[in-house]
Amino acid sequence: MEKKNKIVDTILVICLLLLAAAYVYPILMIVINSFKAESAISTGTIFQLPTKETFVGIANFIKALTLNGFFKSFMYSLVITITSVGAILVFCSMCAWYIVRVKSKFSKFLYYLFVFSMVVPFQMVMFTLSQTADQLGLNTPFNIFIIYLGFGAGLAVFMFTGFMASVPLEIEEASMIDGCNPIQTFFLVVFPILKPTMISVGILEAMWVWNDFLLPNLVLDIKKYRTIPMLIQYFKGSYGKVEMGPMMASIVLTVIPIIIVYIIGQKYIIKGVASGAVKG
Amino acid sequence: MEKEIKKWGPVFYIPTFLAFIIGFIVPFFEGLYLSLCKFTTVKNAKFIGFSNFIYALKDETFVNAFIFTLKYAIVAIVLINVIAFVLALLLTRKLKFTNFFRTIFFMPNLIGGVVLGYIWQILINCFLTIISKPLLALNATAGYWGLVVLMCWQQIGYMMIIYIAGLQNISEEVLEAAKIDGANSWQTLWKVKIPMVMSSFTICMFLTLTNSFKLFDQNLALTAGQPFHQTEMLAYNIYDTFYFRSGPQWKGYGQAKAVIFCILVVIISFAQLKASKDKEMQ
Repeated sequence: MEKKNKIVDTILVICLLLLAAAYVYPILMIVINSFKAESAISTGTIFQLPTKETFVGIANFIKALTLNGFFKSFMYSLVITITSVGAILVFCSMCAWYIVRVKSKFSKFLYYLFVFSMVVPFQMVMFTLSQTADQLGLNTPFNIFIIYLGFGAGLAVFMFTGFMASVPLEIEEASMIDGCNPIQTFFLVVFPILKPTMISVGILEAMWVWNDFLLPNLVLDIKKYRTIPMLIQYFKGSYGKVEMGPMMASIVLTVIPIIIVYIIGQKYIIKGVASGAVKG
Repeated sequence: MEKEIKKWGPVFYIPTFLAFIIGFIVPFFEGLYLSLCKFTTVKNAKFIGFSNFIYALKDETFVNAFIFTLKYAIVAIVLINVIAFVLALLLTRKLKFTNFFRTIFFMPNLIGGVVLGYIWQILINCFLTIISKPLLALNATAGYWGLVVLMCWQQIGYMMIIYIAGLQNISEEVLEAAKIDGANSWQTLWKVKIPMVMSSFTICMFLTLTNSFKLFDQNLALTAGQPFHQTEMLAYNIYDTFYFRSGPQWKGYGQAKAVIFCILVVIISFAQLKASKDKEMQ
C-alpha cells in the first residue's frame, strides 16, 4: 500500500512538472526570441533557438529602451499605480469605517451604491467617463488616480467593510474615552488593525491598475502619455513594419519587474488573493 | 461613540464619495441618458428615444458577439474550474515541490491582458504556420480556441489558489473521521471535500462567469475581432462601435449596446450570487 502510493505520487509529480514546463514556455519563448536578430524572427521560426549567427546579445533591449520611450512609460505606470493604490487604501478604508460604525440610511445607501458599482462593466461608463475626465482636466498620469479612486472604490469599500464588521468595538471606544477624536482613533487604532486587509486590497488593486489598458487609453492624452500596456498595444498596432526584436525585448522588460515583485512578495500575494476571495 | 463619528462623518466619506461621483455616478447616469440620444460628444446630444436600442439589437455583429461570448463563457468556465480544482487537490496532497508548482501556476495572473494576448498571438501564429493553416487574422476557429487556451492559462492559477484555501479549511478531524468510517478516497472526495468547498466553488463560478462576460484586453490583443468581427466579444464589440465606425449615429448605438450589456451583466451577477447563496443555505 505504502509503496503503491509512492509510485502514484512520483507519477503525479512528473505530470505536474510537465505542466509547469508548458506553463512557463510562452514566457520563455519571448525571452529566447528577444536575443535573436530581426531577420531570424518570423511567424514560422518562433520556436527555434538562436544560433551563433542569429544571436545578437542585448541589441534588441537597447533599441527597446532608447526608441520607444519605454522608460517614460514605465515611470507613468509606476506613478499611476502608486498614487491610485495609495488613495484607494487610505480613503476607502476611511469611508468603510464610517459605513460600518454609523448605522444610518445614508451609510446603507452608500454601501449598496458601492456594491452596485462593482458589477457594472466598464463599457457602460467608458465614453462618458473619458469626457468627464477631460472636462475636469483629470487626464494626466499625476491626477488620474482620482478616476481610479472613484471607479475602484466599489471593491475596496466592499472588502474593507467585510473585514471591519468583525473588528471589536471596545478598542476604539477605549481610545475615544482616552480623548482621541475619530480621526486620531482611525489612524492610530483602526488603521494598524487593518494591515492584512490593506495588503489584500492593495495587491488586487495594484494588479488591476498596473495592467489596465482601456481606462488610461481613453482618459490620458495618448500623444503625451503612454502607460506600459498602451505602449505594447501601440507598438503592435502601429503602421508599417513592426520591429519584432525590440517588441519582444519590450515584453520581456515589462514582464520581468512583475516576476521579481511576485517572487519577493509571493507569500503576501497568494494570501491576499485567497483571503480577498473569501471575503468577496 | 457613534454620534462622535457621525459628527466627523464627512471627513471620512467625502473624499471617496466625491471621486465616486466623478468616476462612477455622473458617467453612469449620463450614459443611461445618452443611450436615448444621437451624439458625438456629451454636449451635442439630441434626444431621439429608443431607436438606438432597436438598431443595436438589429446589428448582426452585436448578436454574433453575444453568441461568441456565450460559447466562450460556457467552455471556459467548465475548463477553468475543473482543472483548477484538480490541481488544488493535487497540491494539497503534500507532494514534492508543491510550493514551486503553486508559484508557477499562479504567475500568468500578474501579467496584463494586453501583454498576454500578444504573447499568445505570436505563439499561436507560429503554430498555425507550422501546420500550414491560416493565421489568426483569417481563422476564426483558431481565434476562439486560442482565447479559451489563453484564458485557461491565465485564470486557472487564481482559481486554484481559492480552491486550495477552501480545501485547507477542512479540518483534519473530519477527514480522519471519514477514514475511520471506512470511506475510500473517491468517497471522501465526493461526500466530504466537495460539499465542504462549496463556498470556494461559488466564488470561483462567480469570478469566472463575470470575467468571461467582461473580457476585453485579451480579446483586443489576441484577435481584435478578426476576421470580419467573427471573434468579437460583447465588450470589444461595444468598443469597436464607439471608436472605429464613422458616422454620427454610431456613438448612440454603442451606448445603447453598453446599456444592454450592463443590464445583462448585472442580472447574471445577482442571479448567480442569489442562486449560490440559496444552495449554501441548504
